Amino acid sequence: MNHAALKKKPGNHIANRKVISDTLLHLAKENKDILVLTSDSRGSASMAPFADALPDQLVEVGIAEQNLVGIAAGLAASGKKPFVASPACFLSMRSIEQIKVDIAYSRTNVKLIGISGGVSYGALGMSHHSLQDLAVTRAIPDLHVMMPADRHEAKKMTEALVDYQTPVYMRIGRNPVEDSYINEDYDFEIGKAVTMHEGNDLTIIASGETVRIALDTACLLQSEGIGCRVLNMHTIKPLDEMAVIKAAKETARIITIEEHSIYGGLGSAVSEVISQNCPVPVKILGIPDEPAITGNTKEVFEHYGLSVANVSTIAKEMMGN
Amino acid sequence: MEDIKFLKRKAAEIRKLLLETIYEAGTGHTGSSLSNTDILTVLYYSVMNVDPQNPTWEDRDRYIQSKGHAVESYWAVLADRGFFPKEELKTFSKYNSRLIGHPNNKVPGVEMNTGSLGHGLSVSVGMALAAKQDYKSYKVFTLMGDGELAEGSVWEAAMAASQYKLDNLIGIIDRNRLQITGSTSDVMSNEPLDKKWESFGWSVVEVDGNDVAELVRVLNGVPKTIGKPTIILANTIKGKGISLAENVAGWHHHVPTKEEYELAMKELSEQLEVLS
Repeated sequence: MNHAALKKKPGNHIANRKVISDTLLHLAKENKDILVLTSDSRGSASMAPFADALPDQLVEVGIAEQNLVGIAAGLAASGKKPFVASPACFLSMRSIEQIKVDIAYSRTNVKLIGISGGVSYGALGMSHHSLQDLAVTRAIPDLHVMMPADRHEAKKMTEALVDYQTPVYMRIGRNPVEDSYINEDYDFEIGKAVTMHEGNDLTIIASGETVRIALDTACLLQSEGIGCRVLNMHTIKPLDEMAVIKAAKETARIITIEEHSIYGGLGSAVSEVISQNCPVPVKILGIPDEPAITGNTKEVFEHYGLSVANVSTIAKEMMGN
Repeated sequence: MEDIKFLKRKAAEIRKLLLETIYEAGTGHTGSSLSNTDILTVLYYSVMNVDPQNPTWEDRDRYIQSKGHAVESYWAVLADRGFFPKEELKTFSKYNSRLIGHPNNKVPGVEMNTGSLGHGLSVSVGMALAAKQDYKSYKVFTLMGDGELAEGSVWEAAMAASQYKLDNLIGIIDRNRLQITGSTSDVMSNEPLDKKWESFGWSVVEVDGNDVAELVRVLNGVPKTIGKPTIILANTIKGKGISLAENVAGWHHHVPTKEEYELAMKELSEQLEVLS
């Protein structure tokens, strides 16, 4: 099984945004239709090297997110492959109507990259947290929603998005994420959850940075004799319903972990499927319905129980221990 | 002169067609559609390179109707120009029709779905930018309302068009000075409009937006300045062509009664007779 929790490696220092930028630069050199659009965000998106190498393929829009998305839609309607890189908090809120009308409704193939998502800007307050973005984007028809677990998946996802014919909102965090995979040697398919750890006592379903928490929890539980399955739900929409139903039927207990409000995100998506197909207990872990506490990502995660210690405690409670 | 006469006749025919469509459907933006009928007629019969048989031809000129609510004149022109059968106009606003109350790109000839104001110019900037990148000579025409200019996103797009020197982008303001609530200057004044656009780096042309000959001259003479986007301030009369609707804010989305409809159709028929 390709997961890094089994193999202790030195910490990763490469952020997903850097990997995405490098991947796009590599692909855009061969394909002049690939464009990156920024809203004075090339630095925070790690897109400065892209801008330097391919200045004609980087469209700077300035601090104007509505215009950013509208322009991207117009470019896509004219045969371009625009990737929009802008802070998730602004991209998913300030320009949500352009996302709904100019992209989803008009069927323009734009790829939206929400950078510094979740509580990446933890100390900057609620204006800079994006903890409702999955809920909002998930509710828009014909818009797909994804979160890579680590740098390996960020690369594979970016490559897959270039020729993917549906508009996508991809959310990533700002800082380097501990690897969940050892390398890129695994099958990545949009809309297909990856089983990263086998087990039949319960299942943890996670997306993005919480995948590693799920994996470490599963390893801990295994040492205590509890078989914990881990599903990396990198595609939140369209959700891999079959994998969710299979997990519910085979493991009978589900925990979801997400860097998002407990309303409308991964936990909600999973519950929608389970409640209507194979009702089993579900515990949704995420950020409660309040302006999130400020601090760095790790501190905020700890505060709300998005930690190996808390998740394993909850798992054992669900097991009746 | 014959061309101008043809276009004037065509505009009167489009007005009849749109009025019939609205009356049959029992819904529509009558005043707004009559206001921009001459602009649309000149664009589709004299200015734009489009091919109804091949609506996605990659070198076509693009038209974005940012003031999406005035859709009936748009549907009438597209049908008359042969993008879809005129017969289909009878389905306007009916259950599951593709001819809905705003432009919808399931309909051949429509580029983008609009309806929420303030979106069209940004999308047009993207299209114009793509043309520049691909060394294509097509132009992008964007119709906005003057009430719409209260949307901040219009001015974000105005800045970008100027920054990227998009002289292949032509904005047209259907400046009838009325919106649902009343006079645009009372609701939220946008004056001095020419100076606003100039200061955003655009070339400004003012024209009588219901004068077909003037529109032909101006719209065929763009860009006004190489390296700059052009804005055409088209001074129009809301409800133009039907005496009882002209300059009446209430006709923004008023559907004519039977009596009003008959009077209006009679008036338009008389206009056509004069032009025959």
